Amino acid sequence: MAVAVHTNALTAISAPVRQTTHWTDRLAHLGILLTAVVLIAFLAMPLAAILLQSFEGKNGEFAGLTNFVAYAKTPALLTSLWNSIWVSVAVTLIAVPLAFVFAYALTRSCMRFKALFRGISLIPILAPSLLSAISLIYWFGNQGVLKGAMQGVGITQIYGAPGIVIAECFAVFPHALMILITALTLADARLYEAAAAMGTSASRKFFTITLPGAKYGLLSAALVTFTLVMTDFGIPKVIGGNFNVLATDVFKLVIGQQDFAKGAVVAILLLLPAVLTFAVDHYVSRKQTAMLTARAVPYKATPARGYDRAMMAYCVVISLLMLLMLGMAIFASFVSFWPYNLTPSTRHYVLGLVDGEVAEGLVNSLKMAAGTAFVGTALVFFSAYLLEKTKGANWLRAPVRMLAMLPMAVPGLVLGLGYIFFFNAAANPLNALYHTTALLTLCTIVHFYTTGHLTAVTALKSLDGEFEAVSASLKVPWYKTFWRVTLPICTPALVDIARYFFINAMTTISAVVFLYSPETKVASIAILNLDEAGEIGAAAAMAVMIAGISAVATGLFMLLARWVDRRTQAWRGPR
Amino acid sequence: MDEALRLEEREEIGDRLACLACAPKSGDLIRRRFVPWFRVAVSNCAPVPAGTKPIYAAAQISVIDRIRTIEPRSPMTDQPYLRLRGIRKEFGTFAALSNIDLDIAKGEFVCFLGPSGCGKTTLLRIIAGLEVPTSGTITQAGSDITRRPPAERDYGIVFQSYALFPNLSVADNVAYGLVNRRVPKTQINERVRELVKLVGLPGSERKFPAQLSGGQQQRIALARALATSPGLLLLDEPLSALDALERVRLRQEIRALQQKLGVTTIMVTHDQEEALSLADRIVVMNHGVIEQIGSAMDIYREPASPFVADFVGKVNVLPGRLDGSKLDVGSFSLSPPQLSRHAAPAKDVKVYLRPEDVLARSVGGGGAGFPPDDPHVFDAVIEKIEFLGSFCHVHVNASAFAPHKLTVYLSLNFLTEQSLTVNSSLRLKLLPERLRIF
Repeated sequence: MAVAVHTNALTAISAPVRQTTHWTDRLAHLGILLTAVVLIAFLAMPLAAILLQSFEGKNGEFAGLTNFVAYAKTPALLTSLWNSIWVSVAVTLIAVPLAFVFAYALTRSCMRFKALFRGISLIPILAPSLLSAISLIYWFGNQGVLKGAMQGVGITQIYGAPGIVIAECFAVFPHALMILITALTLADARLYEAAAAMGTSASRKFFTITLPGAKYGLLSAALVTFTLVMTDFGIPKVIGGNFNVLATDVFKLVIGQQDFAKGAVVAILLLLPAVLTFAVDHYVSRKQTAMLTARAVPYKATPARGYDRAMMAYCVVISLLMLLMLGMAIFASFVSFWPYNLTPSTRHYVLGLVDGEVAEGLVNSLKMAAGTAFVGTALVFFSAYLLEKTKGANWLRAPVRMLAMLPMAVPGLVLGLGYIFFFNAAANPLNALYHTTALLTLCTIVHFYTTGHLTAVTALKSLDGEFEAVSASLKVPWYKTFWRVTLPICTPALVDIARYFFINAMTTISAVVFLYSPETKVASIAILNLDEAGEIGAAAAMAVMIAGISAVATGLFMLLARWVDRRTQAWRGPR
Repeated sequence: MDEALRLEEREEIGDRLACLACAPKSGDLIRRRFVPWFRVAVSNCAPVPAGTKPIYAAAQISVIDRIRTIEPRSPMTDQPYLRLRGIRKEFGTFAALSNIDLDIAKGEFVCFLGPSGCGKTTLLRIIAGLEVPTSGTITQAGSDITRRPPAERDYGIVFQSYALFPNLSVADNVAYGLVNRRVPKTQINERVRELVKLVGLPGSERKFPAQLSGGQQQRIALARALATSPGLLLLDEPLSALDALERVRLRQEIRALQQKLGVTTIMVTHDQEEALSLADRIVVMNHGVIEQIGSAMDIYREPASPFVADFVGKVNVLPGRLDGSKLDVGSFSLSPPQLSRHAAPAKDVKVYLRPEDVLARSVGGGGAGFPPDDPHVFDAVIEKIEFLGSFCHVHVNASAFAPHKLTVYLSLNFLTEQSLTVNSSLRLKLLPERLRIF
């Protein structure tokens, strides 16, 4: 008894003060909990399912590392691993320097038509990545226009590594470019002025200021490029020929041979570089923010005729290559019968839309993209707000933040595979979702969650941190401040997030390739099937159509952004 | 309601709006809003039909008096308005605050002063409920608010960053807390106009914060914090983001406003000049503890610790030796009156001497010189003159204190009149009763 009293007294002294929770804060905690549930059910559990699968034997027993050992003993699979790695390295070494010079021209020169060049360079984002592969087949394939020229330089055929490398370079170019533009924009003019005052030569300025300043951006671009190539599925599928890579292996193992255990092992191999990239990038981005101070003066390029012209010439060459890539796909899609009858016709469009069931697929794609844009934006922004701006329930915040960052490290193919393992299990109460558009939408939201989340967090962090404190002191609950202040200020970011979700949902292949049913097949998958069926013309036509729709959607989103800007941003005053 | 306003004007409340909420069941007055600094009597209140929400009815109002005049600020009498006991705040193993005991009287203006990282902002945020103390209690107006979330406390707050809602007009910002209280729109507008006028920016209601200067934005933030007539006003370095001139102007306005409204106010600042010129009482903090609480004069003249002496104002620090009531410093042997008579073992001490606590005369001065037998007079040579306007910091070498140098304040007038320049000699006199010994 005496002991009990004693301990009670002790806890009374040492127990820290705890604030009672206002009911509005409880509401916020509930919201965060909801996000956690969604991310656990649609991200963590599927990934866990892959892990479990990789340790499971044929009859569901625990098999330890047997599957990994079996994998290591399969020479063909090891060849794929090696192929994936060296192709990814090659693309990184080619595409990143090309993108760097392009970004340098856009940010550090006074050449004209910058907006135009930038717009052209972003074309590959609008279409599924396999568009460039299809286009390459028309240029260099068995019946390609420039096949002879290619063989003249010693490449016997485009199918295989050469095709993959070239097509991937196009597909990843905009991704690397955007990172590098950001890195090169964040320059402090004062450093250059100080260097100039000391009479530093241009090349020395480049190597002592520009390059060190952009090194984190370069590293980040290289890592992103490597991961994108490593995990891309569309391009090797279309132009890979007999050249196997990990991404195509997963597909063959799971869909072809139904060997789930080995498929899971390959998925984990795919996950590893991505997780590594994620960790390095996370570390690097923290350094990057520490580098830039609020006092930095933005760098402005000074005109220099020769240099500006050289930069422009370079951008013209790259842009032309981009246009040639898109142009060939457009041209080929309107040709009656390549290469024998080049009269224009809409045969491929009819074939694709009607026989290839792409019309249905397009409707499904639009449904999914709209759903992703709408639900994804709402989910991402609202949970980012709750995470950043409300308080309490701290035990919940760190795990949810981690879950929000995790999708960046998960290749779509791996996520899709996880969905099969998890949602296809009969015991799962969510099994009814399998093959539905709803699941495709959720999968796509989760797949692209991180970028949306980061955009939202950046927008929210730029707001004064005391809005919520002021509101509480005025007895105004957070949701009113969210509605009256935060949301109106952040609408441009919201439109950005919605556009990102929409475009990616239109063009994604990797995650959804495992999840569709005949009824819910989306357009990008339909294209893949057309290509598999040998209808490359129809596939080109449909890819061009998706690119067209994406371009129109981008235009609409830009108009929306401008309208929103005028409606809600008047307070910023004349700019 | 219009009737009520007319009546009220006739009763000479002036430009202030008395807004009377009537209980639905009777004509009784239940709340007196917006005019906490007046005590009013209400009669002939029109009855309100049962079942309706509280509305604003015609009533005869007469001002009894200003509450401020019948309840003068007196820190010593009865219950303090705000009472902190044993506040402690730990971040991990680091104690940001410990043993904070503080009483603040109603209507008082208190400054938390200290270097950055001393815990003053943390303490303010604990009072606001934005941080939770590890232990301790806070009582406001007689009730324990330690565990209450911010939304259930009674205060208005102004931040260094203004934290004005950029997408809302000045009027909407000021009305932000009123809209939530189901106050009729016309009265909100009236209240907003009144407040905007009170902070000296009439006519700016429709502007957006970005169209105002920093000082104007901070005034609006102040109006927003005062709109709901909180019992406590918290100011977190409200002047730090402003330029020097604006800072001085706004701090005078804040003080005038505070005295007019009689609202209990706590301001956090690292600027000693701000604290000295504004506060009824100053709480000097360092390393998470309160070093001293007192009026500006107390803090300056009677610093309780070397830290306070050093942090507030400029000071010469000289080594000395204390033996009983005898103090040896430089070549002087003094018996300052402020020393206790208790015999204590002799020890080395530090002697703190303010630059203005040294009197000066020129060496050759005729009748105006010090008496020749004054034991506290010593000679010095000017080494450097730091020109600061009407006063100068004069660095002198005095053989009485060698090798230590002294800084004294001398008026420009004196320097010019006596034609003193670098290397001039002058005669200085120590004021032993002003010395602080630690």
